[in-house]
Amino acid sequence: MELRRHNAAYCNTCFVTYFRDQVGRAIRVHQMFTPEDRVLVAVSGGKDSLALWDVLIEAGYQADGLYIDLGIGDYSGESKRVTEHFAAARGARLHVVGLEEEYGYTIDLVAAKTSRKPCSGCGLTKRYLFNRKAAELGYDVVATGHNLDDEAATLLGNVLHWQTGYLARQAPVLEAEEAGLVRKVKPLYRLTEHETAAYAIIRGIDYIVEECPNAVGARSLLYKDALNVLEERSPGAKQSFLLGFLERAQPAFSAEDEHELHPCVECGQPTTTPRCAFCRLADEMTRPGPTRRRGRRRPRVGQQASRPVGQQ
Amino acid sequence: MRIPKRLEVALAGRKQVGEVLRELGIRADTVLVIRGDRLLTRDAWLEEDDHVEVRPVMSGGSESCAA
Repeated sequence: MELRRHNAAYCNTCFVTYFRDQVGRAIRVHQMFTPEDRVLVAVSGGKDSLALWDVLIEAGYQADGLYIDLGIGDYSGESKRVTEHFAAARGARLHVVGLEEEYGYTIDLVAAKTSRKPCSGCGLTKRYLFNRKAAELGYDVVATGHNLDDEAATLLGNVLHWQTGYLARQAPVLEAEEAGLVRKVKPLYRLTEHETAAYAIIRGIDYIVEECPNAVGARSLLYKDALNVLEERSPGAKQSFLLGFLERAQPAFSAEDEHELHPCVECGQPTTTPRCAFCRLADEMTRPGPTRRRGRRRPRVGQQASRPVGQQ
Repeated sequence: MRIPKRLEVALAGRKQVGEVLRELGIRADTVLVIRGDRLLTRDAWLEEDDHVEVRPVMSGGSESCAA
């Protein structure tokens, strides 16, 4: 396995050691959690989340999985199958939440019924349910499989539009807050998606290779493409971009970030608005009749799209 | 279930993985090249009758769907 950004190459055994060391370093440096903490790993059936769960299980952490059946056609059925297979093969505990069964809608319905981009409704739904389920089930921390490419692409998007609020909260650790926000961590942020895919294959992890049908044309893929062009000409560019931001710029944005969380009047989950975005979406989805708007509302200049604070 | 894109390419003689990827216009960091259950590096040789999988590693969408 060749790692151009480190000017190094590893055999399979040494690559697995390198990969686990990088995860261990992230956990240690940012004090993400300890062996005494109960960790809820948000798993999708993809390479990143299953690789993360594998590393944490092998390292002896109390790591259980949370899978959300989002109702994205056959894609959700297949991703659920590989996730359940992974958990069963390791004797790991997996919590499964059915969006349609519990909340009466699916991401397919969001795509069909609103002008909202499916990825937007999907992200909002997942962020909400990770936090809510972790709190209800008594977990200390939620771990997600965001890798270096994900984080660098998000950073590029946030910088291009100067989303200062998002820049303030883009970090490997999002601390818990009294209003009911559970601690969120990203132990894979130092590893590229090329590396997480290689780790999954070397470890024999069966993951869903097919791309989510809703991701076609997603802006995040455009940003990843752009960063990969830079990386090819200048190995290490993505790492330098992200880690440099986290070390030198993020603290300044974070210091300027002021927000006040309080419980949603309907569900009690933390939000900056009286009624949280999830409750508004669920209400819109379960209301009878078509609601699809003809035009897309554009945010005014300087106005950021609403996102629950801290629930990145 | 969507069927992944499949493309069969006939090699004109023995070539290295990196060379084949360049000819196909694929950046090496965006895919894994797999023969059987083994990952191949850019300097690995491919024979005319080899069958390998070129698997994309990029995922994206809602916050890159990394959950």
